[in-house]
Amino acid sequence: MTTLVIAEHDNTLIKSGTLNTVTAALQCGGDVHVLVAGSNAGAAAAAAAAIVGVAKVLHAEDAGFAHGLAENVSAQVLAMASGYSHILFAATASGKNIAPRVAAKLDVAQVSEISKVDSPDTFERAIYAGNAIATVQSLDAIKVLTVRTTGFDAAPATGGSAAVEAVTAVAASAKATFIGAEIAKNDRPELTAAKIVVSGGRALGSAEKFAEVMTPLADKLGAAMGASRAAVDAGYAPNDWQVGQTGKIVAPQLYVACGISGAIQHLAGMKDSKVIVAINKDAEAPIFSVADYGLEADLFVAVPQLVAAL
Amino acid sequence: MKVLVPVKRVVDYNVKVRVKSDGTGVDIANVKMSMNPFDEIAIEEAVRLREKGVVTEVIAVSCGVTQCQETLRTAMAIGADRAILVECTDELQPLTVAKLLKALFEKEQPGLVILGKQAIDDDCNQTGQMLAALCDLPQATFASKVEIVDGLLRATREVDGGMEVISLTLPAIITTDLRLNEPRYVTLPNIMKAKKKQMDVFKPADLGVEVKSHLKTLKVSEPPQRSAGIKVPDVATLVDKLKNEAKVI
Repeated sequence: MTTLVIAEHDNTLIKSGTLNTVTAALQCGGDVHVLVAGSNAGAAAAAAAAIVGVAKVLHAEDAGFAHGLAENVSAQVLAMASGYSHILFAATASGKNIAPRVAAKLDVAQVSEISKVDSPDTFERAIYAGNAIATVQSLDAIKVLTVRTTGFDAAPATGGSAAVEAVTAVAASAKATFIGAEIAKNDRPELTAAKIVVSGGRALGSAEKFAEVMTPLADKLGAAMGASRAAVDAGYAPNDWQVGQTGKIVAPQLYVACGISGAIQHLAGMKDSKVIVAINKDAEAPIFSVADYGLEADLFVAVPQLVAAL
Repeated sequence: MKVLVPVKRVVDYNVKVRVKSDGTGVDIANVKMSMNPFDEIAIEEAVRLREKGVVTEVIAVSCGVTQCQETLRTAMAIGADRAILVECTDELQPLTVAKLLKALFEKEQPGLVILGKQAIDDDCNQTGQMLAALCDLPQATFASKVEIVDGLLRATREVDGGMEVISLTLPAIITTDLRLNEPRYVTLPNIMKAKKKQMDVFKPADLGVEVKSHLKTLKVSEPPQRSAGIKVPDVATLVDKLKNEAKVI
């Protein structure tokens, strides 16, 4: 029984979700191999080899892997799938894009966003916006899983010394071409891996106010920034800041919700946070029902005060 | 060019479901059912492409119980031209739905299939990608903008950290994200018109697909409940609690 983890990387660094996925893989039992499919990705392969718990790194090198296109990466995984009992991806935009292609071609089910490994074939996952937890057993020979990173600790990124083995790359598909990307560059921690997240809602009123009020708080706390769907839909915050059922799932040590009412879809994305603070002037806002510390106040007054007091 | 748009009947997004006391599932008797919100966005996008003259026909498909006809009527009220119901009372898992859709893809030969990225009941986020793989087609998942330029699909995708733009040959699979469009409200005249539109009904066997279970649900349980904490009177108390009680800052 051996598990294959598909590394998510930028050809140089391994993304943090891969570390949580390695932990889930180790819980499935057996050795853990990591596939790094990339372009000039020697550094990423070396980084994968340093993750504690990894027995072997398989490095496939081709220009078609440069941007992680699902068509190409899934073909590479399929070429190597035999011999593995489990194939794991982080439940990130990238993992969710690729994993179902692998499962379908293997004619097996995918178990999405597992939050717990009960046994090598039985897993727990949230359904209905986290209002229920299903325990599901896979009846297939190969288990294809995506891993909710908040459910598993990150494996130590350094200290391991796995061998790196080059594997033959599968030819790239001519059907899909990468044109470009606009990835926001900032020095903040990654939203899904941050220890502190500060999140803003529709009450912020505009993109300018959102930045003006929330940024100093995030700076002061060294936090990642998130937003409710309402704030994102209104254009106050970028799409990938959305925390919730169909956005990012976060579970930081501290989650500060400012001007967020707390729809069930939003709660689904943050209710596993260790400590939740809610600042809202509506005493009846549902967010208070999950908050450890609620402050009933106008956020335009309270947040600057909080920044000053920290 | 035809567009195929699969739509799923799900528990309405405003309903907070309850777990059955015997742990066999969630109680969906007598709760409001609606079209999966992401599928509404998919139908809207297909109709807009037809209104722009890029596509000629929009076909809505649903796989499931007889009542999915209501969901298909809604799709036709938004603007789909006709509908196909694959009627089945057994539980349909994403892989089976993808196989049913593959059979319809081969039958109808659409240039695009537009699906919601995720159903809000099982939260799987699989069917579109599975269909793409089974049909050996390229995919643009989590799309926030799509256009057909010179016979190619150009799609902007929502990815971690920002956006990415890809170009795909047709036919192609699209799955919708929230910011692709804002679906129109259905009007009464359009609801009336939808009643007269064509709806074909098939069984999975008619399409040569065996309904198979790959996953067994052993138990459905309540998530751990979070109890409400305390209200603090002011910012100073909040900072004190965070520093000295919760010790998180």
